[in-house]
Amino acid sequence: MRKKILFFTIAIAAIAIGLPFACSKKVDGRTDNLAPLQPAKTDADAGAWKTVLLAGPTEFAVAAPIATTTPDYIAQVNEIKTWQANITSAEKDMVKYWSAGAVLRWNEILRDLVAKHNLPPYQNADGTYPFPSANNPLAYPQFPFANPPYAARAYGYVSAATYDALVAAYYYKKLYNRAAPYTVDATVTTMIPKSDLPSYPSEDAVVEGVSVEMMKLLFPGDQDYIQQKAEEHKRARILAGANVRSDLEAGEALGRAVAQKFVTRARGDRAGAAIGTQADWTKLETDCIARGEKPWYSLEVPKRPPMLPLFGKVKAFLFDSLTAISLRPGPPPLTGSSKMQTETDEALNYTTHDTREHYRIVHFWADGVNTYTPPGHWDAIAAEDFITKNFSEVRWARNLALLNMAEMDAAIVCWDTKYFYFNPRPTQNNPAIKTLTGIPNFPSYISGHSTFSGAAATVLSYIIPENAAKYAAMAQEASLSRMYAGIHYRADCEVGLTVGANVGNYAVNRGKADGAGN
Amino acid sequence: MKSLAAGIGKYCLFICCLLACVVQVKAQTDADAIMMAKNNFCVGGMYSYSSWKNYWEGTLKRDNQNLGTVSTKMIGVMGNYGISKKLNVLFGIPYVQTKASAGTLHGQKGIQDLSLWVKWMPYEKNVGPGVLSLYAIGGISVPTSNYVADYLPLSIGLHSTNLTLRAMADYQVGSFFATVSGSYVVRSNVTIDRTAYYTTEMHYTNKVSMPDAAQFNFRVGYRTERMIAEALVSNWTTLGGFDITRNNMPFPSNKMNSTAAGVSIKYNVKQVDGLSVIGGGSYTLAGRNAGQATAFNGGVFYILAFKSHKKITTNTPEKK
Repeated sequence: MRKKILFFTIAIAAIAIGLPFACSKKVDGRTDNLAPLQPAKTDADAGAWKTVLLAGPTEFAVAAPIATTTPDYIAQVNEIKTWQANITSAEKDMVKYWSAGAVLRWNEILRDLVAKHNLPPYQNADGTYPFPSANNPLAYPQFPFANPPYAARAYGYVSAATYDALVAAYYYKKLYNRAAPYTVDATVTTMIPKSDLPSYPSEDAVVEGVSVEMMKLLFPGDQDYIQQKAEEHKRARILAGANVRSDLEAGEALGRAVAQKFVTRARGDRAGAAIGTQADWTKLETDCIARGEKPWYSLEVPKRPPMLPLFGKVKAFLFDSLTAISLRPGPPPLTGSSKMQTETDEALNYTTHDTREHYRIVHFWADGVNTYTPPGHWDAIAAEDFITKNFSEVRWARNLALLNMAEMDAAIVCWDTKYFYFNPRPTQNNPAIKTLTGIPNFPSYISGHSTFSGAAATVLSYIIPENAAKYAAMAQEASLSRMYAGIHYRADCEVGLTVGANVGNYAVNRGKADGAGN
Repeated sequence: MKSLAAGIGKYCLFICCLLACVVQVKAQTDADAIMMAKNNFCVGGMYSYSSWKNYWEGTLKRDNQNLGTVSTKMIGVMGNYGISKKLNVLFGIPYVQTKASAGTLHGQKGIQDLSLWVKWMPYEKNVGPGVLSLYAIGGISVPTSNYVADYLPLSIGLHSTNLTLRAMADYQVGSFFATVSGSYVVRSNVTIDRTAYYTTEMHYTNKVSMPDAAQFNFRVGYRTERMIAEALVSNWTTLGGFDITRNNMPFPSNKMNSTAAGVSIKYNVKQVDGLSVIGGGSYTLAGRNAGQATAFNGGVFYILAFKSHKKITTNTPEKK
């Protein structure tokens, strides 16, 4: 009998210990194991493309590089060889990760930080809410609260700055025409596809420098993480044999200088005042009542101040402030109208018929708390398609800049509209409407998801015309998802898509005139 | 062997709408030392109601005025068949409905996970003044519908397929007994409706790696042919996972831990051979990324004896 117990115990123990290791649970991300970026064309003439903020590619000087015959340069090549001789498997992974593309990886890092910081602050004991402080980013609530408008602006600035910096970099690449280290010295091992694009200044370091500098402004509490990524990126370029140290130093300096120009703009673009004050919040309500309409109120407990009510006044990238106002659509159905009643009933009907397929659609597009927001979702969609296109770094940046400037400006027009009309959510009209996802804390008309998606689909359809039908269908589904969820009326969604497309067209027109072609 | 049965369910172990109730404490045939006699089949229905107002966000205990009280109702069918007196198979399948009393979030309902168990008693002997019995138990639970996992705390379950391996020992002296068991729960990855999510880092996939879990159960009480009355302590510990960040929503791969205490009674109705009723309650004492649930349950079970065997309706393991 003892034998039996012993056997029993051993068998159970063996299974319990062995099973967890039998099947690996590791889940790979869709962009974890990408092939190295090998541009279909180098876009060596991108230095002539039209910049966003820079007066031209030479606004920030890049000094002429040292000749490849100098002892200094030869020493830098030897640095590559020394590092390569001692490369570890972790470093090989690092090279593989970064070789998928600098613009792609830094856009992913940005999405990562947006998701991390997209958390609404918890209330104070007295029922008021604290606001994050950029001057004290690590104190609770941490700065920033990367909600959709904040995120849209972050993506817009980083992408536009990256694009301008790369245009300048490509100008200097062509001007100085210093070959890559593997071309200069055939004994340098290359761990990435070779290119005849001149390597000074390094496009990777430009992207790294501009991103780090922009993120100091946008995510001041995450410098340790950002700096670690920056160091890995630069190290990966040397390990890969793609750049010598002076390529990186010149690129990083140029990226930082260009970023400074965008940081200066950002400090004066009125986003800092977008939270508003109690007086602003009260005025929105009283103005709405004065118009004879039922005002929006927060459905959170305790009631939370509206999200960034003055974001509609932020300075857009693609048009001036008068144009922004002209893009504001006409009013929603009057809150007392039978049309509004019909649309409220429709929202109720969707939520009482909450099919599994509706949950799938709602949750696929929700992009709510702790996510990269709808603009980040569209960046992810764009990035996964761009990967298949083998764009050069500068074209990656140009396309993401068009997309994200449109998303930022869509946020501006959408938020202007939301607070101009201050329209209640369906659940405010009928508390029986239980929603399939959280109700965002701002007015209903027009749907942010619809506006973002209308803009994104328009821009992406210009960049990859053969996908136009796919993008249109995705935007339509994203828009509908908000009705299925019971958090928007039909008018919010339909008008939102149209307004978004109108904003997107400004980016398309810019793209058609920027010299990049498609 | 005059063993007997209460086909109570394990449901609760799987109604770990994490935030809802990781662990409910009640009589569970997969975690008690009761075996059905050969060719006897115990089948019945159970109802349970669990609710919490406070929960642990990581280690911080809080309430949430935008959820109010989150409640989970469950009705389930379960059964226990004796292949032999030493080998039983069990099943359970629950229907679950969730609701939040405040806020605007839509409750969920649906058939949750089917669970199947094999319970083996390889050893039963007089040791000292009492009877010692040892058990090896294996179970699998599989989602029976495509319910939404990533909608906590209102999801009806986590949608992983779980494999549970349990070792259990029971010692009975006279009418008093103590049972202790420990389990390892292997949980499969789950697929969610989103294509990207943030845990402590970004993931660009709709697959979620689910940490395994350990379970511990200790029960002590009084057991006669007529009834069982017991007090229980149960613990569920997730072996890995991450904490809910401040004011965030929960996620299926959170580190959900819970320790609960409760009581359970089973009574074999004298007038009807083979009929038993059960009832119990539990309270969550400690937790992490879990609700502080109070739960009640009740059920009715009936034993069908096949092959003209006499129904055996006592609870007391036979002493050899």
